[in-house]
Amino acid sequence: MKAILEAQKLTKSFPLSARQKKLEKTTDKRKIAVKDLSFTAYEGEIFGLLGPNGAGKTTTLRMLATLINPDSGDAFIDGVSIISNPALARSKIGFLTSEMKLEDFFTPSDLFDFFSDLYKVDDETREDRKKEMFTRFGIQEFADTKVANLSTGMKQKVSLVISLVNDPEIIIFDEPTNGLDVLTAKTVTDFLLELKARGKTILLSTHIFSLAEKLCDRVGVIIDGKMIRCDTLEELKKGRSLEDCFFDLYDEISGERK
Amino acid sequence: MNNGIWTIAKKELRRFFGDRRMLLTTLLLPGLTIYIMYSFMGMALENSFSVDEDQSFSISAVNLPDSAQMLLSGISAAVTEVDAGQLEEAKTAVSEQQCDLLLCFPEQFDALVEAYSQASGSSAPNIEIYYNSASTTSATAYSTVTGLLSDYEEQLVNKFNINDQISGDLATEEETSGSFFAMMMPMLLMIFLFSGSMATATESIAGEKERGTIATMLVTPVRRSDIAFGKIIALSITALLSGLSSAIGTILSFPKLMNTDDIDIAVSYTAFDYLLLGLIILSTVLILVAAISIISAFAKSIKEAQTLVLPLMIAVMALGITAMFGGGAKTELFYYLIPLYNSVQCMVGIFSYEIYPVYFAVTIIVNLCCTLLGALVLAKMFNSEKIIFSK
Repeated sequence: MKAILEAQKLTKSFPLSARQKKLEKTTDKRKIAVKDLSFTAYEGEIFGLLGPNGAGKTTTLRMLATLINPDSGDAFIDGVSIISNPALARSKIGFLTSEMKLEDFFTPSDLFDFFSDLYKVDDETREDRKKEMFTRFGIQEFADTKVANLSTGMKQKVSLVISLVNDPEIIIFDEPTNGLDVLTAKTVTDFLLELKARGKTILLSTHIFSLAEKLCDRVGVIIDGKMIRCDTLEELKKGRSLEDCFFDLYDEISGERK
Repeated sequence: MNNGIWTIAKKELRRFFGDRRMLLTTLLLPGLTIYIMYSFMGMALENSFSVDEDQSFSISAVNLPDSAQMLLSGISAAVTEVDAGQLEEAKTAVSEQQCDLLLCFPEQFDALVEAYSQASGSSAPNIEIYYNSASTTSATAYSTVTGLLSDYEEQLVNKFNINDQISGDLATEEETSGSFFAMMMPMLLMIFLFSGSMATATESIAGEKERGTIATMLVTPVRRSDIAFGKIIALSITALLSGLSSAIGTILSFPKLMNTDDIDIAVSYTAFDYLLLGLIILSTVLILVAAISIISAFAKSIKEAQTLVLPLMIAVMALGITAMFGGGAKTELFYYLIPLYNSVQCMVGIFSYEIYPVYFAVTIIVNLCCTLLGALVLAKMFNSEKIIFSK
């Protein structure tokens, strides 16, 4: 299998304010969010980063999307370094996180056109893709309604579609079903499986075990910014539930910390 | 234009021109508000300084001499002579606004004035005039009568005249209006350009950050510098339009503000002057938008951006005010190397017909270099996680 995303010893720390130091009960000037994180995602698979809140999942995805720079380490997206050629690396991914909002003033159709232009998608391809995606997610009905007037679920669908305007080979989703109603969440998970069937590589972060079990081929467990285990779902579980497996690992790490 | 820059600029302009509320607040309201405000100010000033020809005053006078009686007959006034013993009652009548003015002349005023000699060293005969400043009529009566008496006094001691029947000012009409505009317009233009830039730049940069929409753009392959340049170009266009609205409002209200129909900018300046002014305004807007955008990128919200921008606004206003005291455009190159101050000096030069081509070119180059630098700083800030993800 072709390695399409390789993270190599990614490390990221953030400065701590006096207030944060007090809350964390530490005298350290910086907090390490991610430490020497390495993993590989292969073509056509769904790779899940599983971990509790604050484990470093979002920081990892932000580094891969070149929104933030790692302190050390590098990652290669389809062979392109995120450090030496971030713009080209960005052109190869679709990135979706709940933090990324859409401008209320525009309609889904306007936004699709705008982001297609940013990705330099030609007019004919853009129109074909828009028609296909809008129909797939039922966006046609509100394609010309301003985002301000859409429900949360509708906005999430639009965000998803916008993240795929360039038909990327690698799709990075941060907590893809967070805040969605059950129907929209199912539409999204079904779509992720469809993308995988079309040969796309998907990297997603989640703290929902059932979602990881349903979607992922391989899973990397992150705790305290470190990759604790990285394996296929079957190897990781070994007959148990993913939840039990995770808590065993968590207890193991907690024991080491004590 | 680079595809990324054009795409960003196009989106910003669509956002601006598609939002009726924004169009109303940044294009229509500034000009309309200034026009209405200045027109009212002009009317109010006119009312407070003009005397109604039909206005009649009620005046009480103690020891009214013949000379004063003649002077008062020239205005519409009902003059009542009162005895010196009724002085306090007459004062009460003025304070209670039953009478507009009380004049107290010394006994035998005309004789005393005739006998008085400055060389004697003694005090001149004194007229006491009581009025009530809370009453507009009383205040007007005071200024009218004081004016009449002052003119009368000047006639009595007249030894020589200055420029009697001639105008000593040899400046052309064009130069006179030029020096007026050179004092007023740089300050007004700087304020208008700043307010226009502030209205749109804080919304576009801090607003996008606050709403989380800028991160969505940052994960696309478009370069940070393209985002910065695209925004600065689009925001400069909208700021220019907003400034133009304010300028039109000011120009239209000038005749009302100055109580004259004589102010006509169009006849004083050539198309070339307007071209130079346009280029200076453009380079100034670019630098203002770049500066406000950088400050807005630091802010976490539009409100915070507007607060952070205030010191810059005060500085820009202060630079504009310097045009009022500078005595024409500066002639040393050094001044034209200071961004924004060079714009003010060039505006002064253009309005007073004293523009120096080399200094004009230096100003444009300095302002464009600063804008370029500002755009690069902004692009760098878009790359900074501390700035983009600060909460």
